[in-house]
Amino acid sequence: MTAAINEIQDQIIEEFQLFDQWMEKYEYIIELGKNLPELDEQYMRDENLVPGCQSRVWLHAELKDGKTVYAADSDAIITKGIIALLIRVLSDQPPERVHEADLYFIDRIGLKDHLSSTRSNGLVSMIGKMRKVARGLAETV
Amino acid sequence: MNLSIQPELAGEAASFREFDVEKIRTDFPVLHRKVNGSPLVYLDNGASSQKPRQVIERMAKYYENEHANIHRGVHHLSQQATDAYEGVREATGRYLNASSSREILFTRGTTESINLVACSWGRHFLKEGDEVIISTMEHHSNIVPWQMACAERGASLKIIPISKSGELDMKSFRNLLNARTRLVSVVHVSNALGTINPVKEIIDLAHQRDIPVLLDGAQAVPHMKVDVRALDVDFYAFSAHKMLGPTGLGILYGKESLLDSMPPYQGGGEMIERVTFEKTTYNELPYKFEAGTPNIADTIAFGAALEYYNEFAPNELIAHEQDLLTHAAERLSRIDGVEFVGTARNKAGIVSFNLKGVHPFDVGTILDQMGIAVRTGHHCTQPLMDFYGITGTVRASFALYNNQADVEALAAGVEKAAAILL
Repeated sequence: MTAAINEIQDQIIEEFQLFDQWMEKYEYIIELGKNLPELDEQYMRDENLVPGCQSRVWLHAELKDGKTVYAADSDAIITKGIIALLIRVLSDQPPERVHEADLYFIDRIGLKDHLSSTRSNGLVSMIGKMRKVARGLAETV
Repeated sequence: MNLSIQPELAGEAASFREFDVEKIRTDFPVLHRKVNGSPLVYLDNGASSQKPRQVIERMAKYYENEHANIHRGVHHLSQQATDAYEGVREATGRYLNASSSREILFTRGTTESINLVACSWGRHFLKEGDEVIISTMEHHSNIVPWQMACAERGASLKIIPISKSGELDMKSFRNLLNARTRLVSVVHVSNALGTINPVKEIIDLAHQRDIPVLLDGAQAVPHMKVDVRALDVDFYAFSAHKMLGPTGLGILYGKESLLDSMPPYQGGGEMIERVTFEKTTYNELPYKFEAGTPNIADTIAFGAALEYYNEFAPNELIAHEQDLLTHAAERLSRIDGVEFVGTARNKAGIVSFNLKGVHPFDVGTILDQMGIAVRTGHHCTQPLMDFYGITGTVRASFALYNNQADVEALAAGVEKAAAILL
């Protein structure tokens, strides 16, 4: 049984409290990005691309035992690190929970800037797409 | 007394303000703020420059004391605002050495200036089978309007190829010019590479065949004094906000004979002489192309930006930015993994580069953490990025208020980004 979405968010916030320097924080995000398994090539298709201006993001989702399982990739490593955090929070959860989730951890770990539209890095649309896919999958249950 | 020196020339030379970058910086309030805990290092001037307090104060003064709609009021404020607005049109004409202020049209920006020509001149003069020449290094705003105009008129686009260093292939350009060529529309200074194109040569070659030339000068005017009559250019488009002025204002210079021959671009107030339901006659230049209430406040404040540029000797401004460019290229070339994009011999104050194998977005994110503002991405030049086989670059672009400390901060930032990302 996976932990609830908010429990995971709280864990992440706690982990990030260890860093006093922005560099340590980004080094950790980059490490997370590097450790995120590469997306299977068959899923790196245009229809899985999340619309975004700068870095490309591919997202694949499927339903396994009534839970949404996400896999994603990006050509920018910092984006990929943040994706790794999103997957940790939202993957392997019942789709209706994903759809309703309040993702407060992004702001709390100081990455709110990454969600502004000016970043154009696809993260906002990434979260939107994660929710949308979850809603679609919830309807099929 | 040396009689060989013309008094007015001597007077002009003596009246230039000393080019002291540290003093210049005190005119720009935003340069004294911090970003992410560090002093702001603003190197995104290619996207938009910062504003000196002279420009900010001029706009505030206008709204506080002088605002009224122009060209139509009998009352004092309206006449005063009209004088100020038209005064900037004249100042812009003088700045560009235009023959007359009727050749200066105010638009929303470079993009609208080019669209105006593409819509008005393009619809009127392009015919089926005609060709419009642009280049590989154009900004999307000098590609898409021509694609649209050509599609509508059954004309086609021809593209001047470039070398790996980012220079136009002039031999190919000569070969592209033919009896079907109706217009050449190229960028004066490339926003993504910094290349200064040989525009005088382009214009002379096109004029040998009576082909008009439009120059996208958005990245040229902030870095150099442009003389439209010396160039003999037919259309010159640029934006106020990249040259210390406000956002939302563009300029289109056009030769009077050409502008006269073109139909209006938009219909509405200001651009008419007489309206009846049967027939409307149009106003004269430049009003024929300025429908509706114009951008009065920004235009008047732009006048302060031109005055600011006029304070300095143009050659000192160019020399300053060339020093920054040389220093930046030298410092960045010493960092392992830095790959320059655009190494033309003749460049304005723009450095584009990548860290080998690293997405430019990642480099930009790390630099931002250090308060260093650069642009990352394709710079609205996707065909150019395709030519280089990259998704984008990191671009540092200079303005007159940047100093060598900014270059050092950039180099230190890129070193740190390389340490983290490579």
